[in-house]
Amino acid sequence: MTARRPLMLAVAAAALFAAVPPAAAERLIVSLSNHRVAITSSFDGEDLVLFGTVERDAATVPRQRGYDIVVTVTGPRQTLRTRRKDRVLGIWVNVDSRLFVRVPTYLGIFTNRPIADIARAEILRPLQVGIDNFLLPQSIGPDTADTVRDDPFRAAFVRIETEKGLYRESPSAVTFLSPTVFRAAIPLPAEVPTGNYAIDVKLFADGALIGRTTSALEIVKVGFEQYVANAARDHGILYGLATAMMALLTGWFASVVFRRD
Amino acid sequence: MQIYLPIADLPVNIFLILGMGLAVGFISGMFGIGGGFLMTPLLIFVGVSPAVAVASVASHIAASSFSGALSYWRKRAVDLALACLLLAGGIIGTAAGVWLFTTLRALDQLDLMIGLSYVTLLSAVGGLMIYESVRAIFRAKQGIPVQMRRPGSHTWLHGLPLKLRFKRSMIYVSAIPVWIIGFIIGFIGAIMGIGGGFLLVPMLIYFLRVPTATVIGTSMVLTLVTMASATVMHAATNQLVDAVLALILMAGGVIGAQFGARAGQKISGEWLRLLLGLLVLAVGLRFSFELGVKPDDLFSIRVVETTP
Repeated sequence: MTARRPLMLAVAAAALFAAVPPAAAERLIVSLSNHRVAITSSFDGEDLVLFGTVERDAATVPRQRGYDIVVTVTGPRQTLRTRRKDRVLGIWVNVDSRLFVRVPTYLGIFTNRPIADIARAEILRPLQVGIDNFLLPQSIGPDTADTVRDDPFRAAFVRIETEKGLYRESPSAVTFLSPTVFRAAIPLPAEVPTGNYAIDVKLFADGALIGRTTSALEIVKVGFEQYVANAARDHGILYGLATAMMALLTGWFASVVFRRD
Repeated sequence: MQIYLPIADLPVNIFLILGMGLAVGFISGMFGIGGGFLMTPLLIFVGVSPAVAVASVASHIAASSFSGALSYWRKRAVDLALACLLLAGGIIGTAAGVWLFTTLRALDQLDLMIGLSYVTLLSAVGGLMIYESVRAIFRAKQGIPVQMRRPGSHTWLHGLPLKLRFKRSMIYVSAIPVWIIGFIIGFIGAIMGIGGGFLLVPMLIYFLRVPTATVIGTSMVLTLVTMASATVMHAATNQLVDAVLALILMAGGVIGAQFGARAGQKISGEWLRLLLGLLVLAVGLRFSFELGVKPDDLFSIRVVETTP
């Protein structure tokens, strides 16, 4: 018993050291203004705010060039098909398509300055910083792989999602309030899909990743919207019957109200 | 005022949708048609996906045709026997249409199919209507009496077996062409999101010689049942019916239809048909323009599967 205690302490100490980065590194602490966004009948988009601070201690080395923050918000995944039209016999028809497998419905990448200035491309690419570096796997035959950045289908997919406001990259969404305190604006458009969102915050200094933390948020339909959407999904026939009944009632009501004979 | 549509997953201005319902309802009341061929393209235009538009408009047409059918019923202008036989074909046609709709959607060719059907059908029907009504207008000016129903003129359709007597319409025809017409209307309606009233009425008049007294009331009963069943089938198979969108459209539609019906009574039949023909042709040309002109964006996206 007595012989075991020092051993346990040593294991505990080792675990502690493994979990906590070396004393020289900064700690990143973030807080989100709202972890649960409710979609109601008047939902017209919402802006979330993420506050964060870089905690330093006495041993932290000074960073002359300051810190850089990259906030990556990813929505629930979906599989979709990007289609390309071409002229066939004089009319425009979908002729070619690619399947994008489990890509985020929402992808927001928010930084305090242009991504290219934060670190070198070799560092940013494996960390998936920026939409260009983000993995958007396409299924090509039996394989699933991301393509080159300038693949026309990938470019078109990103462009369409960007036009809808669902994919966005903003080099000015993160503002430093002091050298160590920052805030990030996360805009959610009106068409934002419901589900669980992951927020990944990366801290860079001198072109290297020195800290990382995560947070999460949930977007849910509430009240009537949720009720209708669930009913349509889970009880299709009943939902259809109810809608048809509603149509008959409306028609009957109108014929009674406007009856002239 | 913005309202969020739970199935279309889209916020829309409630007054815009209500106004569209009113406008299309006015036209539908004026011409005695469902107005789906106008409503579906309008919804697509404001950003509702074609699939949701087609499925939701079905319930809107059910509402306006029920209100119309009730008032024709009170005037004893509905041939129930004829309507039931048309329905026997109509329901099966609707099921076949919903099946094809689902299949085409999976093959990424639904939008093309909707576009092509609109072009061919609307251009042809609109053109014929304009031709027929212009001829009628000229005849009326020259003082030649227009004979809508020639009692002695029988076509090959009247030689088919399984003949039935439809008392209220005072016709004696084979059940086969009636059933086929019902099937065609149900099938086309499910794919295009239209009630098919503007097709059914001329078909009943020209092929079956149904008198004008019962033709609109009977056609409305058929439209009502095919569209109500299309609503249920679209909801059950594709989960695309947006009840909130449908309710706003219905509310606007039934009110607009009442005013349209009053306006329609002030215009003579030939001019009414000419106006409707022009309208139908215009929508058809609009769609052919869309198919033939290079789109702004060659690429489009369709969601295959959402993983929570």
